[in-house]
Parts: sequence; structure tokens; C-alpha cells
Amino acid sequence: MRIFDPHIHMTSRTTDDYQRMAEAGVRAVVEPAFWLGQPRTNPGSFTDYFDSLIGWEPFRAAQFGIRHHATIALNPKEANDPRCRPVLDLLPRYLAKDGVVAVGEIGYDSMTPAEDEVFTAQLALAIDHDLPALIHTPHRDKARGTARSLDVVKESGIAPGRVLLDHLNEVTVEAARDAGVWLGFSIYPDTKMSPERMVAILHRYGPERVLVNSAADWGRSDPLLTLRTAQAMLAGGFDADAVDLVFWRNPVEFYGQSKRLDLSALPETDATFAGNSILRGGS
Amino acid sequence: MSTLDSLRRELGDRIAGDLDRVAANPEAAATLFPAAGRRYGREPLVGDWTTDEAARAVLLSVLPPEHIHEIYRYGDTAEKLAVLKALPLLPIGDSAVPLLEDALRTNDTRLVAAALGGYADHLEPQAWRQAVLKCVFMGVPLACVHRLAERADPELGAMLRAFADERRAAGRDMPPDALALLEQLKEA
Ligand SMILES: [Zn+2]
Repeated sequence: MRIFDPHIHMTSRTTDDYQRMAEAGVRAVVEPAFWLGQPRTNPGSFTDYFDSLIGWEPFRAAQFGIRHHATIALNPKEANDPRCRPVLDLLPRYLAKDGVVAVGEIGYDSMTPAEDEVFTAQLALAIDHDLPALIHTPHRDKARGTARSLDVVKESGIAPGRVLLDHLNEVTVEAARDAGVWLGFSIYPDTKMSPERMVAILHRYGPERVLVNSAADWGRSDPLLTLRTAQAMLAGGFDADAVDLVFWRNPVEFYGQSKRLDLSALPETDATFAGNSILRGGS
Repeated sequence: MSTLDSLRRELGDRIAGDLDRVAANPEAAATLFPAAGRRYGREPLVGDWTTDEAARAVLLSVLPPEHIHEIYRYGDTAEKLAVLKALPLLPIGDSAVPLLEDALRTNDTRLVAAALGGYADHLEPQAWRQAVLKCVFMGVPLACVHRLAERADPELGAMLRAFADERRAAGRDMPPDALALLEQLKEA
């Protein structure tokens, strides 16, 4: 089984996780830029973070044969801090990078006027840079946040087929489906979605245009919930082709719209020589 | 003819317009430089230069030198590697030594190796010896080190011997190329 995790925050995960993911069949990941738990207070914090998403993380992933791409954006939560706003001016530099396959995560956290402004500006950046957009739906007031996100998408003029609306659930899936966007589900312990609920949703709506991710980050989360969900699909009567559609072909098709997805096999020795700077720790 | 001239000639028309744009407006490099692989291709071009590497070297050659630092600062790994490879071709004196120091601080074996190319002639001996030792530690083949045999000195030999002792105590081997270098230094 080949797995593409289309939304995982590897910055917050250990190198052991990369190893476990590789053993579980994960061959590609997309790491969206998001917030780090501790709010940032200046643009320099963001550029160092973006640098690691296009530098250190792809290197670390490559040690385990995993292709790593990123999405870049100013996230909605920190969009509310005026000290972080200049990040918007730095984004075009990063949106030009080979490893950046979408603008994201953008969207709403608390649905403030500042979030409105930054969300709209970044959808325009996606259009300008010919990139798809990854949209986070809020954890609080989710149904209204989803509806409002879909309105903003419609107004922006970006094609719905170039939008992935993420963290959906039973309540929000239909509006997203009707709007013609790609449907993202985050399998996350306690909140968001479980493998069993996910399988029920797949039975009801089918596997077309559905992407399933672990959204693993610094919170209680599990990068192997992609595999668990794939297994639950098989146990629930789906065949291997449907599993491959959800866990490989759909994310490839969605992010492939950037024309920057590189899924060629990594040579054993890529980025490493006889020794290995990661397996052995810092020098 | 210089290497830069021949890279420019091999690239031909596909880059001519972009070079004019960057020469007229250096800010244009902020988006052209990262897009080099997508714009010009990645296939081998001439010698050990791929097309994107060559394009990046030629783009750097039309930029005011002070812009090179910013290109490096915002570069992804492939861009940084291309800058490091181009440095010896550019008329910039030792002004780009901080870029080598930046690369040598990373834990990315490709950047460390690239920092020890031709431009490393500008590194002070102490920094250069530490960099060579870091290669041995990280398992980077010493073949990447420019003028290794000439620059290796007794001080480097002492550092390598101490490292070999640590490795032996831990029951681990030294890479064969490091052992060969130690051998060479013993004979000198
Ligand atoms: Zn996320």
C-alpha cells in the first residue's frame, strides 16, 4: 500500500516518526505552514520556519525515502497580529519555490475582519502564482466557518477544483461537496474525525475527490492514522483500488495541479553519504 | 573563454531575455532564480553543470554582488547549492565567505560538501580544518574538498588522529578516505 499524507506538520514530529511512516507505506507528504503553538511576533520567525519547510524537512524526509513538499501562507490565527502582517509581502518569494505545491493553510480561525482580509489576499496570491489553495476550516463555529469560506472562494474567482477544504466532518461535507471543491478529512484522536466515522462518510459520499490526512502536529495526534484509516476502509468493504484513490491518486491529482510535485523515487544515497547526519544526531 | 561565458553560450536564447530583465531590475531575480529548473530545464548541460545550475550561475553574474546574499538567504536547498557552486566564478573577492559559514553550520550533508568547493580557498585555515573534520564526522566523502592534499596540514592531522581515537574507543571505523589522508599527513 502506498500512502500520501496530504497534510502533516512534520516540523513537530520526531525522526522516529519518519521511520515509522516509511515502514507503514508513507512515500509522500505535504506539510502546510501553520502555527506552532507559541504565537510568533515578527516576520523573521516565519521566514526561518518557511526555510525549514523547503530545506531541512525535505532533507530529513529523504533519509527515509519520503518525498516532502510544502504549502506556504500566513495562517489565520496569526493573521490577527499586526506584527505578523508583513509576512504577506514575503510570501511571493516562497511561492516561487519548486517544493511549494499550494498556498495554505489559509481560511478562518475566529472569523475576524483581519482574517477576511488576509484570506482574500492569499487566494489572490494563489491565482497569481498558478497554485492550488489549501483551506483550513475552523474548529469552533465550524458550519458557519465552512459556509463563509466557500463564499470567499466563490468571490475570489479561483476554480473550485483548485481548492482543498480541510478538516471537514459529517456536518460540513455536503456544502463543500456541492461547491465542487476537494474534500479533506483529518483523522485526529478525540477531535475532528476517527477512522470508523471516515469509512462511514466514504460509504455515503464515495471516494472521489476525497483526501484523508493525519494532520499530525504538536498536539495529541498520530501520523499512522492514515494507515489505520486505509485498513478500516478495507475492513469496511472497500477494495484496494478505492484505498489507492483516496490515499494516493487524489492527493497526487490535487497537488499535481501546481506542476511542481516530484514523486520520483529517491535514491538510497540521496542527501546522505556513507554516514548519516540525522540517524546519528547533531554534530 | 571563461566558464561563465561558456555556460551563457550553452544556454543560448532561452535565458537571454531573462538576463536582460534581471540586469535592468535585480528584484526580478527573486522569482526567476527559484524557478530556474521549471523555466530552463534540469538536464545535464555541459561538463558537470546541469541546465538549472548553469542558469543560476549566469543569473548571479548579472546581479549586483550585494544581491547574492539575499538570493542565498531565501534559497531552497537546490538554490543554495547552485549559489555555492557559482561563487568561484563570480568577481566578488572574499565577500561571500559568510555564505560558506552559513552552509557549514547546517546539518545538510549536501550543503556542507558544496561549501568546500573552489570558493573555500577564502576560508581561514581554522574554519577550513573544522569543515573537513565535520565532513569526516558526517560521512561526506573528502573528494568534495577542493585542494585537500595541498591544504591539509599537521594541525588537521592532529584533529583527525584525535577523532580516530574516539572512533576506535567506540568500536567504530573511520572512513577509508580519512584514513588515507592521515596516512598522507604521516608521510609528510
Ligand atoms: Zn494543519
